Amino acid sequence: MAANFPTQEQVQGGIGATEPGHDHAHHDEHHEQGFLSKYVFSTDHKYIAKQFLITGIFWAIIGGALSSLFRLQLGWPEATLEWLKPLLGKWIEAGKLNPEFYLALVTMHGTIMVFFVLTAGLSGTFSNFLIPLQIGARDMASGFMNMLSYWFFFGSSVVMFASLFIETGPAAAGWTIYPPLSALPQAIAGSGAGQTLWLVSMALFIISQLLGGVNYITTVINLRTQGMSMSKLPLTIWAFFLTAILGLLSFPVLFSAALLLIFDRSFGTSFFLSDIYIAGQALPNTGGSPILFQHLFWFLGHPEVYIVIMPAMGMVSEILATNARKPVFGYRAMIGSLLGISLLSFIVWAHHMFVTGMNPFLGSVFMFLTLIIAVPSAVKVFNWLATLWRGNIRFTTAMLFSIGFVSLFIAGGLTGIVLGNAALDIQLHNTYFVVAHFHLVMGSSAFFGLWAGVYHWFPKMFGRMMDEKLGYLHFWLTFAGVYLVFLPMHYVGIAGFPRRYYAWTGFDTFSQFADLNKFISVAAIIAFLGQFIFIFNFFYSIWRGRRATENPWNSTTLEWTTPVIPGHGNWPGDIPAVHRWPYDYSKPGAEEDFIPQTVPYSQTQSSNLPYEKEME
Amino acid sequence: MLANEALNTKEPATGIHPTRFLLMLMMVSIFMIFAAYTSAYIVRRNEGNWLEFNLPPGFLYTTVVLLLSSATVQWAWVAARRDDLKQVRLALLLTFGLGMAFLVGQWMLWGQLVDGRIFFAGTDSNPSGSFLYVLTGVHGFHLITGLIFLLVVVRKSFKYQVHSREMLSIGNVTIYWHFLGVLWLYLYLFLLLNN
Repeated sequence: MAANFPTQEQVQGGIGATEPGHDHAHHDEHHEQGFLSKYVFSTDHKYIAKQFLITGIFWAIIGGALSSLFRLQLGWPEATLEWLKPLLGKWIEAGKLNPEFYLALVTMHGTIMVFFVLTAGLSGTFSNFLIPLQIGARDMASGFMNMLSYWFFFGSSVVMFASLFIETGPAAAGWTIYPPLSALPQAIAGSGAGQTLWLVSMALFIISQLLGGVNYITTVINLRTQGMSMSKLPLTIWAFFLTAILGLLSFPVLFSAALLLIFDRSFGTSFFLSDIYIAGQALPNTGGSPILFQHLFWFLGHPEVYIVIMPAMGMVSEILATNARKPVFGYRAMIGSLLGISLLSFIVWAHHMFVTGMNPFLGSVFMFLTLIIAVPSAVKVFNWLATLWRGNIRFTTAMLFSIGFVSLFIAGGLTGIVLGNAALDIQLHNTYFVVAHFHLVMGSSAFFGLWAGVYHWFPKMFGRMMDEKLGYLHFWLTFAGVYLVFLPMHYVGIAGFPRRYYAWTGFDTFSQFADLNKFISVAAIIAFLGQFIFIFNFFYSIWRGRRATENPWNSTTLEWTTPVIPGHGNWPGDIPAVHRWPYDYSKPGAEEDFIPQTVPYSQTQSSNLPYEKEME
Repeated sequence: MLANEALNTKEPATGIHPTRFLLMLMMVSIFMIFAAYTSAYIVRRNEGNWLEFNLPPGFLYTTVVLLLSSATVQWAWVAARRDDLKQVRLALLLTFGLGMAFLVGQWMLWGQLVDGRIFFAGTDSNPSGSFLYVLTGVHGFHLITGLIFLLVVVRKSFKYQVHSREMLSIGNVTIYWHFLGVLWLYLYLFLLLNN
């Protein structure tokens, strides 16, 4: 690799210690990396981002495949599934899916999608890739910890993947692993070794998230290039930054809960267990409180859904502005609403627990706080729509997915207002209405943000473009598929159809929904198969895609000032300084319809606004 | 990462070294673990079926030992500022010794608790006892990480990598050790007030 980094002597005052990598001064000159340090234990943020992305794609395929399996069961409860025997082995009993394995499928689908794909795969990929590139840093604050973060995630993935294949089956108590079900192997086979592996895997996962998260925060605060004040940051960075803060504050709490559950399961304590009769026998545990677990779990669990959605919000804001060729509408309001959502995310957790017999007064406090979240969310939606309004829209694939994101976020957000009301939630709790709500607003929206990000930043990652035609096909299949799956689910849910049920054939009330369930299953499986178009496009384009230019979207942010494929250290010369905010698109009087952040006001006198004249 | 990149290419930030900033964020997340446990303690206690017992008086002694070790680690830091490496090593090793003494003391107190029939687990256990073991145990685990960190800095001091112009590592270990002390003080007072 070319080591043409600047070598000017540093002129620095008494705070020389603020520069990272200070200790490594003596071995900066050689850049001959070995195979292991370049391709496996890389400390380069761009390479780590790609590791997260590829692992995330792997997990998304697994998670999607699991959902197709249980949709088969739900769509055709009477059918014989003997043909799945080569895949599922003993979990097919006399042509029927084992009911406990059905629960395991649901559990693993949730765990994989929420944590491994939409947390690690989404913010792991894009926080790593974009933070140093967009703030103008050579790398993360600690490349070593960043590398550890990926390998802890990898270890966690290996454990979770292994748990799919063990004899007693993977964890089956739901992704929320409520005790006592998750604590007692006598209750369900999946609460044996499968649940143990789940807990071990999640402990590793939390360590990975914390190592990554502290790095993101430190990098954003300490390593911004000259001129990049917090009020000139792209909205992506604001979103990643606040996401990392949420993770830093909430993941340790999940760790606490998991540790107590481990003690209950394997050491005989009674934190969450009390007065249980199982299989005709009384357990010795007394004094525990299963509700306590729910409080601890949802103190993480609720911020977690914002950890999933906020990176997507940030990327969508960026992509909408770039492709509408307009400044993002209400930049400061966008930051303010992100801050508001982050703050509120910590004080609404009990809205997941309205049916636990909580004090109705407490319930109405949580209901009030929950409904307030609609305000910052609506601000964001308004600003996205206003950004699109009369824009000169370029329908790139990333743009389609971003518009799709806004659509799904509105559709799913509206039902959030319904579910936030305690009185309605008690009726709709644990029905498919809830499933439909969070799959639209959190699951599908975050996935759309992920795809938008991949299509948009692919040229910077791999130096090539993804195919647009295949991208359009992927978008329309997915967009139609998502709505065809989740809109009918609202209807089924209002009728009272409960989630996590293996089959409804025992209840006459629900037999009228047989066709609708079949329809949902067909749509889900087609949408899943549609993802292979994306996967083909992704891998084909890495090697055979059209070659990209440095700045294919005519964007203003710093990552587009790097070479087509940025090398180690990102900029071959000096790190560029920043002079303006990131959204100078279609500025009246400007020569082009975008002005990169690196262009000083002195070079754009024709377009400067009155207050900018002073900065010329 | 470039070492000789001029500082003036950076936007002025907190003025805190990134490594130290990382450490502070990790301390925040460690504190969140204990915030979770102590609030769970209060919530669970208010639900009744809570075995009340007296905290063994020995916790006062271990607390004093840990606070003393905070003083010695501060001494090491001051000595490093004065380039007095002998004192640095002595003070760091003293801190390490006091840390070990604290852990041994905690272990013995666990023994006392068991003698008083306050169990971590099993048929005769009650969450009030189990919580005490978890709080002290998880704090003890973090104290072990602090001891390892101390050893790393002791090794650095023997390699002449700790002095008045290389204060980063000893500064970090001092901050972390004080944090562990304050954390224990919080837990101790919390247990005293809730017993």
